[in-house]
Amino acid sequence: MTSALLEVLLQTLISGILLGGLYALIGIGMTLIMGVMKIINLAHGELMMVAMYVAYWMFVLFHIDPYLSVLIATPLLFFLGVGIQKFLINPVLKVDSILPENQVILTVGIGMVLANLATIFFTADYRSTPVNYATSAWYLSDYWRSSPIELSLSVPWTVSFGFALFITVALWFFLTKTDAGKSIRATAQDMETALLMGVNVKLMRVVTFGIGSGLVGAAGCLFIPIYYLFPSLGGQFTLIAFVITILGGLGSTVGAILGGLILGIFESMTATYVGMGWAPVGRFAIFIACLIFLPGGVASLLRRKRLGK
Amino acid sequence: MTDLLEVRNVSMFFGGLAALSDVSFGLRKGEILGLIGPNGAGKTTMFNVVNGFYHPSRGEVFFKGGKISGLRPHQVCKRGIGRTFQVVKPLQRMSALDNVIASAFLRVKGKGRAEEIAAETMRFVGLYDDRNVISKGLPLGKRKKLEIARALATQPELLLLDESFAGLNSAELDESIGIIQKIKARGITIMIIEHHMKVIMSISDRIVVLNYGEKIAEGSPLEIAHNPLVVEAYLGEEQSA
Amino acid sequence: MKRYPPFVALAVLAVLPLVGLSTYTMHVLILVIMWAVIGMAWNLLGGYCGQVSFGHAAFFGVGAYTAGILYSKFDWSPWWGIPLSIAVVSVFSLVLGFIVLRLRGPFFALATLASGEIMRVTAENWVDFTGGTLGILVQKRTWVGKTWYYYIILLIAAGTFLLVKKLIESKLGYYFVAIREDQDAAESLGIHTTLYKTVALCLSGALTGVAGAFYLNYMGYIDPFVVFGLHDISIVTIMIVMVGGVATYWGPFVGAVIMVLLAEWIRSIPGLGAAYQTLFGILLIVIIIFLPNGIVGDFPKIKRLLGLQRTS
Repeated sequence: MTSALLEVLLQTLISGILLGGLYALIGIGMTLIMGVMKIINLAHGELMMVAMYVAYWMFVLFHIDPYLSVLIATPLLFFLGVGIQKFLINPVLKVDSILPENQVILTVGIGMVLANLATIFFTADYRSTPVNYATSAWYLSDYWRSSPIELSLSVPWTVSFGFALFITVALWFFLTKTDAGKSIRATAQDMETALLMGVNVKLMRVVTFGIGSGLVGAAGCLFIPIYYLFPSLGGQFTLIAFVITILGGLGSTVGAILGGLILGIFESMTATYVGMGWAPVGRFAIFIACLIFLPGGVASLLRRKRLGK
Repeated sequence: MTDLLEVRNVSMFFGGLAALSDVSFGLRKGEILGLIGPNGAGKTTMFNVVNGFYHPSRGEVFFKGGKISGLRPHQVCKRGIGRTFQVVKPLQRMSALDNVIASAFLRVKGKGRAEEIAAETMRFVGLYDDRNVISKGLPLGKRKKLEIARALATQPELLLLDESFAGLNSAELDESIGIIQKIKARGITIMIIEHHMKVIMSISDRIVVLNYGEKIAEGSPLEIAHNPLVVEAYLGEEQSA
Repeated sequence: MKRYPPFVALAVLAVLPLVGLSTYTMHVLILVIMWAVIGMAWNLLGGYCGQVSFGHAAFFGVGAYTAGILYSKFDWSPWWGIPLSIAVVSVFSLVLGFIVLRLRGPFFALATLASGEIMRVTAENWVDFTGGTLGILVQKRTWVGKTWYYYIILLIAAGTFLLVKKLIESKLGYYFVAIREDQDAAESLGIHTTLYKTVALCLSGALTGVAGAFYLNYMGYIDPFVVFGLHDISIVTIMIVMVGGVATYWGPFVGAVIMVLLAEWIRSIPGLGAAYQTLFGILLIVIIIFLPNGIVGDFPKIKRLLGLQRTS
């Protein structure tokens, strides 16, 4: 392999991992909600869009850096999620209907409203946030002069990835070490037992929807320095989140992280070697392949391995 | 003479846990076989293996001489095995009669014929008066009967009854025992899971006892009642509970 | 007596054009009936069999493109697309069903959603065959007036209605509902759930495909965004059935009337047009919370509520 080819491959791999880290954060939010509530939130991407507009306007109006906006958008989205769960989803859970998928359809309705309101208020224009570090990068040759190949690391991508990693670790800590986190995991595993153990399942559901929304809100802020913003971008990210949860195994947090990375690398590869426009097709291809060949997702592989010992 | 149903060295693993290990037994035509054991002994798992929901990790199941393990539930049902569920699964938004019609279609083509079979089955289990009730509105006792009616309407040769008596009051209990004896009189073989010891001892011809996924005893109700292993594993638990 | 309403409705609809309606009214009527066909098709799979599809645009689009490609590549009359789309969409549904029918509930819903999107992306990128984003334009429409289009879609709707009614009252209908209510129970009662779900998917898909083929003939133009639209086709289809009544014969008609009229009304009001998705979304949310089985399905509930208001 010539060094030029290797360079492209490594560069693609790096972009893929960086993208994957952010995808993982989006996927975890959805998988958490799916695990605890057994429903799919099809407004997931739209919630991210809302957070992105928050971060965008914070920057444009008050010059608040998007990374700082994580601290503003995350709690805001948390409460938005709590409100959606409490006032819209909970009432629907109570009514008896022929189709249990009503909840999913409900979230579609919520997504439609959010996307359309964004169009009305902010127009359908594509916006990018003019942060001054948008195009800066670190170069390998700056640190290793005799390096045979040249690789670059985009500053905003890397910082976003770092934040995503930090948030993921914090979430893991919350879920495994704190009482509230343990209660959420108990609810996800077995709601009836959790009830018997005195877990406030109802509260946990509301909180979980809040956390899921908060996470995707944080992801939105991390995407702002590196991505365009437009009102209808939500649908695409809802699909990405869903593909990740299928890839990772439903309800599995570790699976979602791996799923995010796999999808990120795969998309990056498709974009480099097949063509930019085909990235969505690659996304669907991996989704369908996973449904056929690995219905339990990556999590089922992990489980199999553990039991094999 | 070969058995109607033969379970041969069946093991079922979930992950690393053995829900059933190396269980074998046979079922003769026309008898009632009781399947008992403490909670988690693998009784319902055994039903799910026979019925085709699970494919055994090891071993085989034969019905009328043909291998049925590995078939899907609808194929097993078509061969002549009907079942009920421990947690009743009525088709909630259908009327009781429609529930039974849906399963009667397995053996007949026309709707008229399916309706006749369903009506006859409803009379047989004593639900005819409730035929037009939407099934989620039925009380538990009647829903349990509906389960039996539904399974019967598929015209099985073997009927698997999973705790059809749990939660019934004593009048309903007597009635259900009567139904089961009537089913037996029709020549249908029955395998039944039951916690109610008096019932199982009185209606079973033979009993198989499972404990932690293993068969620990098999014999007539009298033999089982005096088997020390069974007394220790099962009756002991009942008394202490 | 119960057998007459469909025939009465058909008779009324058949003489309607004779009273001399405006072109616009005819256009709205055609749209209503076409959407009712799609709604009935969706209802067969979603309402009766319980497999909620978020991707009926895939069937609609494949039907429309079958007619369109027949015209643009093979120079046939696009009307042949109507019978041909039955075959093409059935095969397409079989392939799709093989993948998506292993999933249950919401996961099925999302897999169908993805399949609709896949079809759109494919139609956009497969330029040689589909014409890409430029779409397909039928140069010379068959008729200038609306009357014949109206009768054709009315005929399709009447056929669909009878077919759905016949099916639902037969063994197939019992099996569909049994699968919807409890797949495990259905399976252990001897119902080959995979087979019957596939049957429901193919029937539903083929009927939707026919509507798509009609759409091409009627509108004379299609492109990937129009016929594979997630919101404008797939979601609107769900809304029509949700608003009208899930698993009812008349629900899709009621839903189609309401949705088409609502859309036309909203678009006609200046300043409100841009917000039509918000209004649709709010309507969807309200219907799901208050009338989860739709107007026809929850009619007793509506009557009761109105009755209460009168007495108080």
